[in-house]
Amino acid sequence: MEPKNTDLSTTNNHGDFDIEFINVTKHYGDVVALNDTNLKIPRGSFHSLLGPSGCGKTTSLRLIAGFEQPTSGDVRHRGVSMVGIPAYKRPVNMVFQHYAPFPHLNVEENISYGPRQRSPKPPKQELKKLVGEMLELVRLPGFQNRRIWQLSGGQLQRIVLARALINRPAVLLLDEPLAALDRKLRREMQMELQSLQREVGITFVLVTHDQEEALSMSDTISIMRDGGIVQTGTPSELYDTPVDRYVADFVGESNFFSGIVSAADSAQATIQTKTEISLTAPYPEGGKHLTIGQRGAIAVRPEMVLIWPLTHEQPKDIDFSVKGRITNRIYLGHQAEFRVVTDSLGEILARIPKTAEAVTRDLAPGDEILLGWQWNFGLAMPDA
Amino acid sequence: MRFYALLVYLFLYIPIGIIVLFSFNAGRHASELQGFSIKWFGIALSNPFVMEALKTSLIVAGTTALLSSIMGTMAALGLQNVRGIVRMIFDSLIYIAIMIPGIVFGIATLVALATALDFINPMLKNIWPIILGEAPRLKLGLISIISAHTLWTTALATVIIRARVQGMDRSLIEASIDLYATPWRTFYQVTLPQIFPGILAAALLNFTLSFDDFIIAFFVAGGRTTLPIYVFASIRRGITPEINAIATMMLIVSLTLLFTSQGLLRKRK
Ligand SMILES: Nc1ncnc2c1ncn2[C@@H]1O[C@H](COP(=O)(O)OP(=O)(O)O)[C@@H](O)[C@H]1O
Ligand SMILES: [Mg+2]
Repeated sequence: MEPKNTDLSTTNNHGDFDIEFINVTKHYGDVVALNDTNLKIPRGSFHSLLGPSGCGKTTSLRLIAGFEQPTSGDVRHRGVSMVGIPAYKRPVNMVFQHYAPFPHLNVEENISYGPRQRSPKPPKQELKKLVGEMLELVRLPGFQNRRIWQLSGGQLQRIVLARALINRPAVLLLDEPLAALDRKLRREMQMELQSLQREVGITFVLVTHDQEEALSMSDTISIMRDGGIVQTGTPSELYDTPVDRYVADFVGESNFFSGIVSAADSAQATIQTKTEISLTAPYPEGGKHLTIGQRGAIAVRPEMVLIWPLTHEQPKDIDFSVKGRITNRIYLGHQAEFRVVTDSLGEILARIPKTAEAVTRDLAPGDEILLGWQWNFGLAMPDA
Repeated sequence: MRFYALLVYLFLYIPIGIIVLFSFNAGRHASELQGFSIKWFGIALSNPFVMEALKTSLIVAGTTALLSSIMGTMAALGLQNVRGIVRMIFDSLIYIAIMIPGIVFGIATLVALATALDFINPMLKNIWPIILGEAPRLKLGLISIISAHTLWTTALATVIIRARVQGMDRSLIEASIDLYATPWRTFYQVTLPQIFPGILAAALLNFTLSFDDFIIAFFVAGGRTTLPIYVFASIRRGITPEINAIATMMLIVSLTLLFTSQGLLRKRK
């Protein structure tokens, strides 16, 4: 999860961005697949496009690859516009969702396909050596003469990776590359892709609808919705300061308390719930400011919520508490997860780390407890 | 029920069986069996008229198969990007072309070719340079049979090849373009190998159709004699074991090509 490339704001030399979308809009007939989207992907980073099916992820990749042209706006590579340049002239390669290996060619011919299109063609010996190195890189040495139909899903995946990487592209595009693999293999390939990216230093742009996958592999992530990017940031930025409820919901879990904004300034807002409870929280960095009278929500991550027995005194720093009853308790190894039902705020999820177990050790479902959080650990946002 | 099915099959295949049987008849009469022999095959194959007709038929069928599969491939690839009402019109026209009765096709192509020749020949005479001597007079013959057969079989080739084109994974083409292959290189490195079984199947099938065709050839052949036309002409002088042998050989060629073509179409993608 340690971000390698957090420095998005201070770079403004456009050559430092492998990919830039500048007000890109893409229509398919009446369908707006991408709407006035801006995006910057720094050179050498592992960037993910994360969002539900149909939000425009594949369209974004196809615009970078050159299979589609933007209806309006500009797609740039290291500061140079790529609009109008055909796909076969762009220094990017794609790993297709269903891999698309050439079934009439063997593994070696598949991998050497890209270099063989160059003119003049590289000498046979050099090609052989390159293919061998690539198979080494994807850990399938000796697979040169296999036929495509003899390969398993995981092996196919590595072959098409090798087929793309042999060209040393500036950017590698991956469209849900792990979706077809079973769970265990997927974990394995996630780690492998990540270390492969570090090894070759090429910019990876990964499309996925799996938040866990995006969070665990990426340096930076763009969260997409309905043909637009809602927020771009490092995994921890997205987790700690989601700009709205959609992002907070998509990245990790959150407790949401919604109501009408009763007080607001440029730093924080207070929300009055239907049950007449007032909750105050600051805005996330880069989040929208609220105005009095509109609908708003306070998001609180389960890790921020503390619980303690009625007999116990309120922990210091906690400036808000409410009474509730435990309905469920799950051990997650390094932490315990409590589900609590309250009269005034509904169901609340709390995760207590093992290090703070002293207070909660004896709590069990059915017990009446108090719970609360530090006000500035909540986040005020529009109730989308 | 099975008994009736058996009757139907006997009805279908007895005449063909008899022809094959009598082509191996040692005697000269078509009505009594006089022992096994393959001499009639030898006699048929050493008859210069048969060989000439066979040569014509092979040239016609070969050229037809080649031309119709090239045009069928072009049509199938072109139609891929046509949608909506225009596509529906094209599809209907193709199926209609397949269904047109041979005799109608024969008359139509004869009229069309005759009209075209009436138009071209005087023109040719006018523009022909005198030093080259007498202007040639184009007439019905080999080329007109090939034209008619190509017209007739292209629709079928289009349908067969299009099925293969539609079954092909489009992302293979994108993968090739993504890997720096130009559209033309993509065509012969990916598209062509992928749809080739369909093209070959169409070519074999159309070879058979052209090789066996009597009706259309009869209208447009002019003076040329294809094998079916030769057989038809000989039969008027009576059925000989030699004719049976020719029929048997044509049957073997056709069936072999048909089975090969079916095999190609059935093979996994
Ligand atoms: N070739 C196309 N023609 C028409 N609509 C398309 C085409 N490709 C994508 N779309 C539409 O554009 C939207 C975005 O699609 P896509 O980029 O594939 O989403 P994702 O990859 O996030 O699932 C969807 O509504 C989809 O139906
Ligand atoms: Mg997609």
